[in-house]
Amino acid sequence: MMAARIGKASRYTPGEWRNLRLGLLFVLPWILGFLLFTIYPLLASIYYSLTRYDLLRPPVFLGFKNYTTLFTTDPHFWNVMYNTVYYVGLSVPLGVGAAFLIANLLNSKIVAPSFFRGVIYVPAIVPAVASAMVWQFLMNVQYGAINGVLRSVGLPVIPFLSNPTWAKPSLILVAIWAQGAAVVIFLAALQDVPRSLYEAATVDGANIWQKFRNVTVPMASPIILFNLIMGFIGAFQEFTIPWLLTQGGPMNATEFYLVHLYRNAFRFLRMGKASAMAWILFLIIVAFTLFIFRSSARWVYYGGEK
Amino acid sequence: MTSVASERKVDMSTARAHSTGHYRVQNVIVTFIKYAILIPLTASFAFPLYWMISSALKVDAQVYTVPPILLPFPIHPQNFIEGWQVLPFTQYAINSIVLYTVPAVVFTVLSSTIVAYGFSRIRWPGRDTLFWFVVMTMMLPWAVTMVPLFITFKWLGWLDTYRPLVVPALFSHPYIVFLLRQFFMTLPQELSDAARIDGASELGILFRIILPLTKPALAVVALFRFLWAWNDYLGPLIYLRDETRYPLALGIEQLSRRANDIGNFSNGIPYLMAVSTLVALPIIATFFLAQRTFIEGISLTGMKG
Repeated sequence: MMAARIGKASRYTPGEWRNLRLGLLFVLPWILGFLLFTIYPLLASIYYSLTRYDLLRPPVFLGFKNYTTLFTTDPHFWNVMYNTVYYVGLSVPLGVGAAFLIANLLNSKIVAPSFFRGVIYVPAIVPAVASAMVWQFLMNVQYGAINGVLRSVGLPVIPFLSNPTWAKPSLILVAIWAQGAAVVIFLAALQDVPRSLYEAATVDGANIWQKFRNVTVPMASPIILFNLIMGFIGAFQEFTIPWLLTQGGPMNATEFYLVHLYRNAFRFLRMGKASAMAWILFLIIVAFTLFIFRSSARWVYYGGEK
Repeated sequence: MTSVASERKVDMSTARAHSTGHYRVQNVIVTFIKYAILIPLTASFAFPLYWMISSALKVDAQVYTVPPILLPFPIHPQNFIEGWQVLPFTQYAINSIVLYTVPAVVFTVLSSTIVAYGFSRIRWPGRDTLFWFVVMTMMLPWAVTMVPLFITFKWLGWLDTYRPLVVPALFSHPYIVFLLRQFFMTLPQELSDAARIDGASELGILFRIILPLTKPALAVVALFRFLWAWNDYLGPLIYLRDETRYPLALGIEQLSRRANDIGNFSNGIPYLMAVSTLVALPIIATFFLAQRTFIEGISLTGMKG
């Protein structure tokens, strides 16, 4: 009787209870971390975004003023948005596209594939500070190697980092150079494409382009989606390379979202404004990700499912 | 009869020779195009790092030439020592290793192992729902939590210490939990069941049975965590003001400020490139020694490295 009643009151058997307790105990570090370093900061960020807070005096509640000011009277915000969209919109599709083509090249029959793969991947793991130093040097107008070569063959020099028109494309170039991880991810996906599909296509008389278009691309499309999304999330938050190479200049041409956010938070101590910017970015990224997911139904092929 | 048969045989073999010959020509062209793209491409990917190393071996007179000097001669390996001594780089290296990288790796791997075990090897109600939150935090833009975390750590009096950078590692890392869970799931459940019947505790099962079987996975995650800590720039930039506490990343930036003021001291650029090379070298060396581990890690999780 007792046992039956207990059994009814709780949905779980004693063994399940034991497992639940054990399981929760094991994941407890994550639960605490999630509450302390994700949930609390998220909520606190909403609160701070509604205040003026300089860390010295207590926060002053402003309502939505930080948000309305950003969108209406802030002299920099729309320029920052434009810079960020320019950078993200070009660097991610170009980077993912280049990575995909390179991966296909590496996946074809070549000598020493792991050597070529290694050389293309290494820039992705070199400390960003070291990369920034060498690119700053390479792209220098007076003594950079690229301009040195241009000058010695009589071509005009390119003011990569010192001209507002050139600065963004230059940073995009650096970003594409550090795309090696996407290449490796693509390569792993390409190696998983069943040989039989290509053989069947050959039997049907397909040429290289048709095989690429009708076998490789659809089979790799989930990974293209993955790399696009991770690329967008990363590029919206790009900080180290632009901060070290151009510090937002020349003439604010590379003042990207995170550069501006960092400057407001940690140089001007505008914690409220920076939090509002962070939330706007968060919503942009969520909207963007959802949009890509939605559109992906039309171009991503999931073998087997559905 | 025989002559007809042999004639036919010859016919067929010449036909085959023709088709393979045509195929071979096409193959040669494809191969040629492939390498005509691949080699310049790879060279341009490698060039910046080559330039870093070769410039580290030059003196000022070899840096500011038109056209640029591709192979420096004579070389000046003493730049590596002299550049290292412009600022207290040995101190920065100790900070990077002892205060940041080692604790971050140990804490993250240990806590994430335990959490991943709870998410994979024990069956409990609600487990997979909760795991979805782990996956969601992987997508969360870190920029959103940056400001409130700074305010909290400042309130705790943790500025100018490495605590804001390593204490969160005690609470596991979503990417690493995700990767370890994937590995743990591939091991047969019978392993745990047999040990449970023998009276082993869950921690005993984790450390004596599961971990020895997942050493490669542990290597992958330890490697990635090492990379993130070693390469981290923004974290130290936000939390560390006191120059004696700087990690290598901030040290390089400091050196670049001095080196770029030409006239401040000679060989500024070679020194900067030499120190950058020394900081990048452990990463490059580790990669070529553990290429398989790296590739496996990225392929499995899509982690950037």
